Amino acid sequence: MQSTAHAFKDNAARALEDRQLQEALANVPKGFVGKRAEARARLPEFDALRDQARDLKNHVLANLDLYLEEYERKVFEVGGKVHWAASAGDAREIVLSICREAGAKTVVKGKSMITEEIGLNDHIEGAGIEPIETDLGEYLIQIRGEAPSHIIAPAVHLTKEQVEADFRRLHRDLPEDRRLEEVDELVAEARSVLRDKFLAADVGITGANMLIAETGSSVIVTNEGNGDLSQTLAKVHIVVASLEKVVPTLEDACTILRVLARSATGQECSTYTTFSTGPRRAGDPDGPEAYHVVLLDNGRSELLGTDFREVLRCIRCGACMNHCPVYQAVGGHAYGWVYPGPIGSVLTPSLIGVEEAGPLPNASTFCGRCEAVCPMRIPLPGLMRKWRELEFEKVPPPFAQRFALKSWAWFARHPRLYQFASGLVIPVVARMAGKKGAFNKLPFGNGWTRHRDFPAPQGRTFHQQWRKQKRRRARS
Amino acid sequence: MSPHPRDGRDAILGRVRRALGVGAEDAERRVAIQKRLYDHVRNLVPARTKGSADDLIKQFKEMLESQSAKVSEVGTADEIPELIAKELRDNNLPSRLRMGDDGFLVEIDWDRAPTLEIERGRSDGHDPVGLSHALVGVSETGTLILISGADNPTTLNFLPETHIVVVRAEDIVGPYEDVWERLRETYGERSMPRAVNMIAGPSRTGDIEQTIVMGAHGPRSVHVIVVEE
Repeated sequence: MQSTAHAFKDNAARALEDRQLQEALANVPKGFVGKRAEARARLPEFDALRDQARDLKNHVLANLDLYLEEYERKVFEVGGKVHWAASAGDAREIVLSICREAGAKTVVKGKSMITEEIGLNDHIEGAGIEPIETDLGEYLIQIRGEAPSHIIAPAVHLTKEQVEADFRRLHRDLPEDRRLEEVDELVAEARSVLRDKFLAADVGITGANMLIAETGSSVIVTNEGNGDLSQTLAKVHIVVASLEKVVPTLEDACTILRVLARSATGQECSTYTTFSTGPRRAGDPDGPEAYHVVLLDNGRSELLGTDFREVLRCIRCGACMNHCPVYQAVGGHAYGWVYPGPIGSVLTPSLIGVEEAGPLPNASTFCGRCEAVCPMRIPLPGLMRKWRELEFEKVPPPFAQRFALKSWAWFARHPRLYQFASGLVIPVVARMAGKKGAFNKLPFGNGWTRHRDFPAPQGRTFHQQWRKQKRRRARS
Repeated sequence: MSPHPRDGRDAILGRVRRALGVGAEDAERRVAIQKRLYDHVRNLVPARTKGSADDLIKQFKEMLESQSAKVSEVGTADEIPELIAKELRDNNLPSRLRMGDDGFLVEIDWDRAPTLEIERGRSDGHDPVGLSHALVGVSETGTLILISGADNPTTLNFLPETHIVVVRAEDIVGPYEDVWERLRETYGERSMPRAVNMIAGPSRTGDIEQTIVMGAHGPRSVHVIVVEE
């Protein structure tokens, strides 16, 4: 998809003024954050499992070549085929050619971020094949022509009134006077519309939460069953997964599963976890006749040799964005590409370049909550800081900004001058702010004051207050 | 099938090896990897998976109920037909169900519920009720393990609006890892049935305003019957 990551500031400003979006975003902390905390409290081993999950994925990354070879061999043994895609374009071509060979008219898709990353829908649609998203959230954004705004809740930015309007606009063959006010009515309508699509589709495409080298299995985790119906009913099942999804054994998969759902939705486990191994077997009454896996690199092998390798541990649970004050304020679309939130701020520059995505690593308060909740213990703030350094080298900030920072740095290195100057300025600024103790407008500070007041200094400098306190203590 | 263009296997593996600073002929690493794949050592298993058989059954039941499934217990399998017939009646559902060729289910004395109409084989999407036999029940998260094949067709797990699943009390285990052990005994090392479905209640979605609604695509209700002997 076309990135607008470079325009993060404008995107964010628009998001803050979008009332409907702000109403929808209020649901994020209410739901996900509390439920994760409860799930963690119910499992005393949770943090120890996170340590193991981190170590496990580090082991996989250090031996990625061998595990991928093993995985491929096992898929072949059970009658599946593995296709290696170096780039997003290669992956799109491979998927399209499989769809064409299957004579596909329609393709149903389970929820998959990786097919968002490669922009699959537009490509196969352009070739005359209709892709149908079946995860409810993905369906909602597909019919609106939008990108996901969250990696596990793609339509978290929408209100039910918006969904109702879309369904009335799109599902024209249903009676006009039907009730669609409540969420369960909307879900029931989507279910019946999509059920027909499942039954008619020629090809089913899913992502994979994991690939298992031991057995050649692909694993999907859903609550709706969208991935299961996609892959069970169609003649051909295509799994699209990135290289780093491979884990060694079924036992290792358990470790990831134990942290995944709890971190994502706060469930003990998701409703459906499915291990798929090859096509239909002799005597099997259902399942696909052909089973393909498209393994996508798209820049990941390059990342492996850099400081950003740690981001390849990500299992796409969404905990980092759920807990991020920036994400909570502006939502996912402001990030301008496929992956929003803190993980997007690290992954997007890695995948499409820091020249385009430079503002994202700067979209952080460095509060550290993302790292604190990450099940794979990815040091997201540290990696964002690294991107800032690289961005500074590649795209130096404007002269005014550098000059201001350099001047401040000079003063900071000369403490007497710093104290003298701030002692002069601060009382003046405090008086200018008046009784309110804050500014709602500042010269050059529009970026801050457009959405909130800027607090004014409270009378004296820190050093002056410190000395005063010390004298008072000495007297008492 | 014709070969696909630009199949970049060697290029990708080459880049991975360069990034890692390793070679393809790395005997030491290869041996270590094979050992890990064949030893499949258990990682940390939560303490909640340990307990007496009764503890595990209780946990299994409570977990499933907290995930909006209904759980019943019966003494023997022959109580199942009447239980199902009553359940369908109480919920105003047609007295008709579909199941596969599973030996345990087939041998049940279905004549005990003469009104119950039983069809066999995969679902085409028009069955109100599906009946399956779970290989195992996992207590740690209240999860049913269903195996693909003619005995329990996968379509029965997802297409009917009501899914009834029978599991024997003796097949209820603590952790997921016990499932893999059972499967390796049946299918051999490094093998899996085509599909292993872990199911932990009815299908659900929270995609509209984070309001949880049952029956997104799969069953709206899941009824688990635990058979004591």
